[in-house]
Amino acid sequence: MAQGLLRFITAGSVDDGKSTLIGRLLYDSKTIFEDQLESVERASKQKGGDGVDLSLLTDGLRAEREQGITIDVAYRYFTTPKRKFIIADAPGHIQYTRNMVTGASTVNLAVILVDAREGLVEQTHCHSFIASLLGIKHIVVCVNKMDLVDWDEACYEQITEDFRNFSSRLDIADVRFIPISALDGDNVVLRSTRMDWYDGPTLLNHLEQVHVAADRNMQDCRFPVQYVIRPQTDTDRDFRGYAGRVAGGVFKVGDEVVALPSGTRSRVASLAIGERTIDMAFPPQSVVMTLEDDVDVSRGDMLVRPNNQPEEVQEIDARICWLDEQAMRPGMRFTLRHMAHEVTAKVSEVVYRIDINTLHRIEEEAPVLEMNDVARVKVRCASPLFMDDYRRNRTTGSFILIDPSTRRTVAAGVQYS
Amino acid sequence: MSGEYNLSHLDELEAESMYVLREVAAQFDRPSLLFSGGKDSIVVAHLARKAFFPARIPLPFVHIDTGHNFPETIAFRDDLVEKLGVQLIVGSVQTLIDRGEVSEEKGFNASRNSIQTPALVGAIEEHGFDACIGGARRDEEKARAKERFFSHRDEFSSWDPKNQRPELWQLFNGKHQPGEHFRVFPLNNWTELDVWNYILREQIEIPSLYFSHKRKCVRRAGQILAFSEHLNLRPEEKSEMLCVRFRTLGDLTITGAVESNAETIEQVVDEVAVARNTERGGRMDDRRGETAMEDRKKEGYF
Ligand SMILES: Nc1nc2c(ncn2[C@@H]2O[C@H](COP(=O)(O)OP(=O)(O)O)[C@@H](O)[C@H]2O)c(=O)[nH]1
Repeated sequence: MAQGLLRFITAGSVDDGKSTLIGRLLYDSKTIFEDQLESVERASKQKGGDGVDLSLLTDGLRAEREQGITIDVAYRYFTTPKRKFIIADAPGHIQYTRNMVTGASTVNLAVILVDAREGLVEQTHCHSFIASLLGIKHIVVCVNKMDLVDWDEACYEQITEDFRNFSSRLDIADVRFIPISALDGDNVVLRSTRMDWYDGPTLLNHLEQVHVAADRNMQDCRFPVQYVIRPQTDTDRDFRGYAGRVAGGVFKVGDEVVALPSGTRSRVASLAIGERTIDMAFPPQSVVMTLEDDVDVSRGDMLVRPNNQPEEVQEIDARICWLDEQAMRPGMRFTLRHMAHEVTAKVSEVVYRIDINTLHRIEEEAPVLEMNDVARVKVRCASPLFMDDYRRNRTTGSFILIDPSTRRTVAAGVQYS
Repeated sequence: MSGEYNLSHLDELEAESMYVLREVAAQFDRPSLLFSGGKDSIVVAHLARKAFFPARIPLPFVHIDTGHNFPETIAFRDDLVEKLGVQLIVGSVQTLIDRGEVSEEKGFNASRNSIQTPALVGAIEEHGFDACIGGARRDEEKARAKERFFSHRDEFSSWDPKNQRPELWQLFNGKHQPGEHFRVFPLNNWTELDVWNYILREQIEIPSLYFSHKRKCVRRAGQILAFSEHLNLRPEEKSEMLCVRFRTLGDLTITGAVESNAETIEQVVDEVAVARNTERGGRMDDRRGETAMEDRKKEGYF
């Protein structure tokens, strides 16, 4: 049976072979079109290389072409008979932490590249930490350039052991290792004939099979109301439907629900996707729900089950990543966005900054948050929010901070309770 | 137990796009939907209908008419707008030319593609739109691979690819200064094949041009172009009758056709699944240079 969609991110430091690996996945899964291939062949010749440089397939904007580095998350697509894949191609350069955070926020899995000759480097730690911070439950460590270490098993084993030691400090349920050569294609799509000692799956096999549906929260019913549908036509004069994307749990027609923050109770009268009515709704479906009673619910409210409610918090214990070029100013006020709900908020305390390379806490007198900084902070809101722990629910446990004057998104945050 | 709650990838894409469309209606004062008459914008219209059902789609459709459209496109547009009961706003390139506000390209590869941009920007300013929904996809072209769902445009309608707003989870930030607006791309994560499979699954009506038909064509630089009064022929070029269909519908003068016998959506899906060229590869406008699309986007192109 088809596995649906897998979203994954690729991370590695510059020159670890990330572009080559993505090019290889696209090329060997036959996703490359002839005209794209021709343009890459032309560009490879211009660069004076021999053969086709697959890394050029993923090379995007002109500025990057000039600088030769990726500066923003780019998305790539490929499909096999088993699954559709969306790759968030996150830049490796250290100053672009914010891009990795951005890319990581929507994915199920992270592919982290390590150069077999170098072993773990600071950025491996940093990328793994961000993956765990953003709640990615599956990591695949690809030990690349195995051709340059003579396909040596001992070298590979050493790296896996180092990674296990390090990652025991992180919160990641599923870590896999695969020895590959992105350049030659060994163990990417096709099984290597040069590493008999490895009997695990190829990278693509693993990506096709990894089970991610269970990562969604199907226990705690959460329905953030996104938009209220009121047709106001003669036939549907009294219709009042709540449109939204189910963020957790399974809602069934007849279920008792409670609206937050009002606390009003009612029952689910109907569920529909467009014209089609359905009996139950679950993540990540976008549905319209009607209720049996005429209750006052609007955008930003949330419908949940009476016996399973999120936590009411006014001061969030959060990890945030600062994303803006302008540093965080003390006493700054923000618009905090949590699902469809907005409140005024401020950072009441920076508990510590986190050195994302060493994972050490940095405790300072007057900490300043600059772009790419990750910190544990307390965020105080003007009125309470209904949140879950981010590790339990990535939708109800996350938020962004918007600068009301520039209107930019300046920070991403997750709640750990 | 999780098996029961598995969604196909088309279901997931549909849910994501509907979420994006509702977010536009909720966050903006003057949103609009840019309707080109091509299959992607037809799919967006279909998704919008689903997202707001049983209410009508709560935003107007905007069509930038180059004056070089296929007549079938215009007929299809008028029909759909009527069925959906939405308002249609037409921005006319011909009017701008007549008023002397833009000048037309000359020569054999002349196209009105680049002067669509002023017509679009003009319509945005005239109607004060703060969001324009488009049917573009990230898989179409290199410069689009980094597009956000909510893509910020300054007061000159320009896109700054180096300074995009970070977009996390599904928390789209549509806040903007007066005069700025957003382009919104609900189909960002769809591929050409997804679009076709979805058209097939949902039985969405599309213009006849997407199916194989006999048509007078001209071969030029490895492309097959539809013969029309707007196309300037070189002395050595001759028109010929071919069995073709279109993979995208842009201007008559630049949209390349492929030879095909596919007469049903199923047959088109089969052909697309094994196609060896990107669909935009058939468009003369992108072939002008490796970064052609990026340059046009910065100026405010779709
Ligand atoms: N020998 C060898 N070289 C590789 C391999 N993978 C990538 N490279 C080379 O490493 C260099 C950097 O690769 P690239 O994909 O551009 O790295 P990125 O910066 O991580 O995207 C290029 O010269 C590649 O050809 C590999 O498996 N073996």
